[in-house]
Amino acid sequence: MSKTTLLLVLLLLCMATFFIGRNKATLLSGNSGNKLNSLPDYYGYYVALWVGLPALGVVLLWACLETQLITSLVIQGLPEEMRTLPADHLGLIVNEIHNAVGNERDRIAEPAILEAAERYENLQIYSSYLLVLTAGLISAAGFWRSYQGIEASFRARIQVEGFVTLLLMACSTIAIFTTIGILLSVLFESIRFFQSVRPDDFLFGLRWSPQMAIRADQVGSTGGFGAVPLFVGTFLISAVAMAVAVPVGLMSAIYLAEYASPEQRAIGKPLLEILAGIPTVVYGFFAALTVAPALRELGEMAGLSVSSESALAAGLVMGIMIIPFVSSLSDDFINAVPQSLRDGAYALGATQSETIIQVVIPAALPGIVGGVLLAISRAIGETMIVVMAAGLSAHLTINPLESVTTVTTQIVTLLVGDQEFNSPKTLAAFALGLVLFLATLALNIIALRVVRKYREQYE
Amino acid sequence: MNSMNKQTIDQVNASLKKRRAAERRFRWYGQASIIAGLLALLVLLTSIVHSGYGGFFQTVLILDVKMDQGLIDPEGHREAAIIAEADFGLLLKQSLYDMFPDVRERNDKRQLAALVSNGAAQTLRKMVLKDPSLIGEILHVEVAAGPAVDTVYHGDVDRHASQTDRSVSDRQLQWIDRLVSEDKVAQRFNASFFTSGDSRNPEQAGILGAMVGSFFTIIVTVLLALPVGIAAAIYLEEFSPRNRWTDFIEVNINNLAAVPSIVYGLLGLAVFINFFEMPRSSPTVGGLVLSLMTLPVVIIASRSALKSVPPSIREAAFGIGASKVQMVFHHVMPLAMPGMMTGAIIGLARALGESAPLLMIGMVAFIVDVPGSALDPSTVLPVQIYLWADSPERGFVRLTSAAILVLLAFLICMNGLAVYLRKRFEKRW
Repeated sequence: MSKTTLLLVLLLLCMATFFIGRNKATLLSGNSGNKLNSLPDYYGYYVALWVGLPALGVVLLWACLETQLITSLVIQGLPEEMRTLPADHLGLIVNEIHNAVGNERDRIAEPAILEAAERYENLQIYSSYLLVLTAGLISAAGFWRSYQGIEASFRARIQVEGFVTLLLMACSTIAIFTTIGILLSVLFESIRFFQSVRPDDFLFGLRWSPQMAIRADQVGSTGGFGAVPLFVGTFLISAVAMAVAVPVGLMSAIYLAEYASPEQRAIGKPLLEILAGIPTVVYGFFAALTVAPALRELGEMAGLSVSSESALAAGLVMGIMIIPFVSSLSDDFINAVPQSLRDGAYALGATQSETIIQVVIPAALPGIVGGVLLAISRAIGETMIVVMAAGLSAHLTINPLESVTTVTTQIVTLLVGDQEFNSPKTLAAFALGLVLFLATLALNIIALRVVRKYREQYE
Repeated sequence: MNSMNKQTIDQVNASLKKRRAAERRFRWYGQASIIAGLLALLVLLTSIVHSGYGGFFQTVLILDVKMDQGLIDPEGHREAAIIAEADFGLLLKQSLYDMFPDVRERNDKRQLAALVSNGAAQTLRKMVLKDPSLIGEILHVEVAAGPAVDTVYHGDVDRHASQTDRSVSDRQLQWIDRLVSEDKVAQRFNASFFTSGDSRNPEQAGILGAMVGSFFTIIVTVLLALPVGIAAAIYLEEFSPRNRWTDFIEVNINNLAAVPSIVYGLLGLAVFINFFEMPRSSPTVGGLVLSLMTLPVVIIASRSALKSVPPSIREAAFGIGASKVQMVFHHVMPLAMPGMMTGAIIGLARALGESAPLLMIGMVAFIVDVPGSALDPSTVLPVQIYLWADSPERGFVRLTSAAILVLLAFLICMNGLAVYLRKRFEKRW
């Protein structure tokens, strides 16, 4: 019986025992004249939980451990000379056994492997029978125990609600586990990377050319893992993007908040929000297809040589993507400035623009700066636009008309390929990911601090 | 004192003109920014529609094909196995050779044969297998045209460029022009765009595989992110004590919402694929990664929805004797549900358009089959768009834009649904 079927059967059992438990409770309340402690439903839930949860735990545990256990048992049964092979050869043999089990039997010649595959399959069958038996026994035990416990004075509601609260708490800790998972996974692989390449070479080196020699005398095997060109490229494209997004976004927010009529605002704000909803692949395609060639032609007309993968094209489109970000964050903070400040300025004879420039914006400034920092963090983490529109070779330049590469592009290039997982080339991607994660984390924390610390408290 | 007052008011009056001009300029800057943003949106959409419109249409050649019995079924047994093995491509080529009898050279013949798509033979095969009585007749069929006809018909070929700069040779241009003048080239709705999987030939490629893959991935994301996110939000908002630990969790969630999506891809690669050894490229792993990414968004949106329910509802529930869990699940949650659903739909719309983390976990292979389950290797629509954008053939530009239009249509529907839900069910307390 496959595990999915088993889980479905378990689910059906839970539902059936819910009704059985609820029935018993209803009968109890009718017969003895004692008032039931909780509603009958809770007694049903109690029984269903005791039937389903322990068995579910067993099935999940089994699913995690089964493959490894069976594989190690089969390895022990292999002939002597195979068992003592070094780890990677053994791994290849294990792969062959797994393939043989998965229907590629006719391609495998060695009798030892065919034998091992047969043993594997037998063990799989035993294990599934054993699993069904165990799960069934545990369910039955749970049912017996809980069914016995149903009495009029039994506090079923407390038990069930306690479990529900525990479940809710477990779900809320998933966020923590995600952060820990991200940190650990990126850290582990980065530490392995830093065992081959020194950290200061990585962080301060000027040459990014991630090749690794397969043989000692291979031509072109000298690699450089200096990430400075990547950092400069990321910085350049983000600077162009900010130069587009901040003025346009801020002025749009100011206009929508201060000058626009309610109808204009009702139309303009959602339209700008649409820019935020467009997937980044679409922006990347637009940049590669339309913007980059247009910029190149404009450059040729003006006598400049613009690369077809210029930082300007990618930065421009990224800026368009970030406009709604800056605009909506600034809008919130500008609206939070109380009307009394504006009225005071008007009373002194200031025009509307003077009020905005000299009173409202300085009051909303911490929030706006926080918003801009978050937008910068979004820009440096953006992947698809730069992968499709920016280049792949690491030039160290601040000229936006040339092609540069960014951290995120390199992460994608290094990992979307046929590389062996442990070579420093692919581990470099994790080191870059670590830098990216820490940088965005730092920007977010600073943005939060700036907003909290400098925000004026208006009544 | 009068003279001094007069001086001040004169100064003020003198500066008024400049200040009013500055005011008008400033206001104009604001309007120009909004117009610039909307203009960018307009340019983006029109360029995509312009290049993608043709992708929904397929160029077909209308040919008279002689279904020569000698080539298809020489024995005349009408056995399906023998018919299936026949070389239908040869029949198509023969009909073209018949139309242009002056083509003799082998190279020229090959160029002539290239006017028909590689998949056209399959169309013929299916027709004959369905109705073997067609053998021996002369069929008037519409078959998919090859890339050469496609590009010329859509006007993508520069006739003034020299032959070596073009993908279509001079002779091919002549033949195609003649076919067009004889009304043997037409446009039909490209149904195979929606019913076939990926292919190396642009005229045969479709988005069905990608759409099914996206569907499975989103299902997995919804099943994981929604319950867990709502449960976490309920706990954090209603049950948790307000101490440093929960503050830490809250800061954590806010940070996770702002982490770049590619880092989630790295997490998926290192943990799910390497450590847990889940099948690479499957919608299951893709859904897991996307649900981790959507979780902070769902939690934040649900929390604000729960916060907006007024305390009086909670107090009233306690007043009639409900326990805390009953109060939350029977009274507060139904009222907060519209807000939660709106936030969830917006988060899912964002996940639908994500491609960077899925690139990391391997959903970037060339997969022709339509995935049958959530464990088969597959790709998703945004990644399919990325793959096609990388292809060198000219025909793929149209397909990429058409696929983008399909994706945008889905996103508009989802966001529209979210806006509708918000308008319809939102209560102002």
